[in-house]
Amino acid sequence: MSGSALRVVVVYPDLLGTYGDGGNALVLARRAAWRDIPVQLIEATSDGPIPEGDLYCLGGGEDGPQVRAAEAIRSDGTIVRAVGSGAVVLAVCAGYQIAGRSFPGADGRARPGLGLLDVDTVKGEGPRSVGEVVAEPLDGLGDIALPTLTGFENHGGVTRLGPGVVALARVTTGNGNGDGSEGARAGRVLGTYLHGPVLARNPALADLLLSWAIGSTEPLAALDDGEEEALRSERLHAVSRSRFTGRARS
Amino acid sequence: MTAPPTPGLSARARVALTATRALNAVSRRVGIGSGTVIGGRAGLAIDPGLLGRLAAGRTVALVSGTNGKTTTTRLLAVALEVSAGAGSVITNSTGSNMPPGHVAALAGGGSDGPVVLEVDEGYLPASVTTLHPRVVVLLNLSRDQLDRTNEVRMLAGRWRGALAGAMDTTVVANADDPLVVFGAGSAARVVWVAAGMRWRADAVGCPACEGRIVFGADGAWSCSCGFSRPAPDVWITEPGEGDGEAEWTDGRHHRVALSIPGRFNRANAVMAAVAAEALGIPADRALGAMATVDEVAGRFTTPVIAGVPTRLMLAKNPAGWAELLALVCPGDSPVVVAINARVADGRDPSWLWDVPFEDLRGRPVVATGERCLDLSVRLRYAEVEHQTVRDSVAAVGVAGEEWPSDAGRPVEFIGNYTAFHDVLTHR
Repeated sequence: MSGSALRVVVVYPDLLGTYGDGGNALVLARRAAWRDIPVQLIEATSDGPIPEGDLYCLGGGEDGPQVRAAEAIRSDGTIVRAVGSGAVVLAVCAGYQIAGRSFPGADGRARPGLGLLDVDTVKGEGPRSVGEVVAEPLDGLGDIALPTLTGFENHGGVTRLGPGVVALARVTTGNGNGDGSEGARAGRVLGTYLHGPVLARNPALADLLLSWAIGSTEPLAALDDGEEEALRSERLHAVSRSRFTGRARS
Repeated sequence: MTAPPTPGLSARARVALTATRALNAVSRRVGIGSGTVIGGRAGLAIDPGLLGRLAAGRTVALVSGTNGKTTTTRLLAVALEVSAGAGSVITNSTGSNMPPGHVAALAGGGSDGPVVLEVDEGYLPASVTTLHPRVVVLLNLSRDQLDRTNEVRMLAGRWRGALAGAMDTTVVANADDPLVVFGAGSAARVVWVAAGMRWRADAVGCPACEGRIVFGADGAWSCSCGFSRPAPDVWITEPGEGDGEAEWTDGRHHRVALSIPGRFNRANAVMAAVAAEALGIPADRALGAMATVDEVAGRFTTPVIAGVPTRLMLAKNPAGWAELLALVCPGDSPVVVAINARVADGRDPSWLWDVPFEDLRGRPVVATGERCLDLSVRLRYAEVEHQTVRDSVAAVGVAGEEWPSDAGRPVEFIGNYTAFHDVLTHR
């Protein structure tokens, strides 16, 4: 973190803003502000340069805009440079695919990603993965232990993890990457298929990203997360109930 | 039930028609459904060409778009009654807006009067081909039901393809919505109405070239590829609070004074008036008739729920919520916000984070519905103080405790599709 305020940047909400993922940046900014950490929330639309930031959020989007966003972020160069000097990235769904080495365009042809994560995404052969996801974080994540992850996925991609990343979690409900794992992490870059937004449904993950961004090795001060906990427990309960009754995931 | 005459139908079509009517009547009698889908499905199974046969030779108007379909359909139907006579316009007023609902409306209609149908956005291309409409009204396109509907850009492209072949159709289209302009732009005859658009997040990517649409302060918009806002033929001014005036390029202007509230409803009415004019009803007489409409399928009614006078409103997606929040803010009455995530609502309520709930700061707010916990977390991060009450009727009761019964203004209730209908059954 440089300067006085933590800079949280929403990258191209005009292209990667289809699934409410702008909420992730809001969650980060509020949770910082509620702890009296000075924070600046910046929306970087695709008609201008991407500003310097401490924490970048990339969201989900449609196929065409995804390709254009990847091209623009690559040619802009700021994010890749910032990651080299320690910036944190949360990349969700289409944004996760962009952060990888390659992803499919609308025509299925592979397009180059940013290469921040050693993952490659191809079009899945089955129907789109749409529904609630429950995933157990893996120990390899280190740092601060995370509780069960909950979210909603909606994508047609299958993502293969290379040796340069670790999976974020193991799915117990839903598809995630497609091989039983969900998401990926390399250093301070974290990718996931979970919407919700993911940080609203997993505030501990938000706090992990914040602690990376402010360089804190100690857990951040606790907040009253009663409402988030109520939502989490309801979602986890709804999924286990629908599995028990054999109904479609809701 | 008196079966209207059905000249010119084949034996197969007559069987299909009889099955449609019989099943719908049974469905209504035993109380499963509103009797508009099951019969239509059966009729189409027996005769897949039934819809086209029933519509043949009739004057048909279609209304489509993401938001405002049901209201605009109702307003246009009322306007057409000016010349067709009360009760003689055939319409799918229950909101069953796919082919089975269209079959049911046509099979149940006892007259040879004009037909006004609300059409699901995805079914518009097929409906244009099958029904040969004289008029198509295109309101707006924006994200809706993220888990199961097509990308809106793809929908606009499909509209464009279907309307290119509709040589005898007049399209009444919103000039302020780039996706609608792209969808309507292939039609032989378009009347452009500057109907406004508060929610622009889905219109920034140019549908013609994938470049970027730039919006100006005066409502103008354009892309570097040349795709730009067409010069409107009709526009709306707002001379006073709750008041509107529609103006035509030929200098005519008519007052738009409705019994239902909101800028978006005045825009819907002007779109309907332009459509009515294309079907021979003078716009001023059409608008006059629309002024009598004080509710549309329960929307904007003010029943007493849990002892509390409550104004009921429906919003299904960020664009709809943005319009209704603008309608209820500023104000000081309590607001009940209700969210479900059943199949009809879309299973993924992530879009709540696209809704500007921050507008509700300072108001008494109660979050309710089956997904009230998603809503409560959203409101927490919007820094909107609120209570959370799962049952929607109880939630209205809680809101009522915050509001003097002699306030003279109702509690506001905004729900998405099934959350709205849950509370509507309690009025």
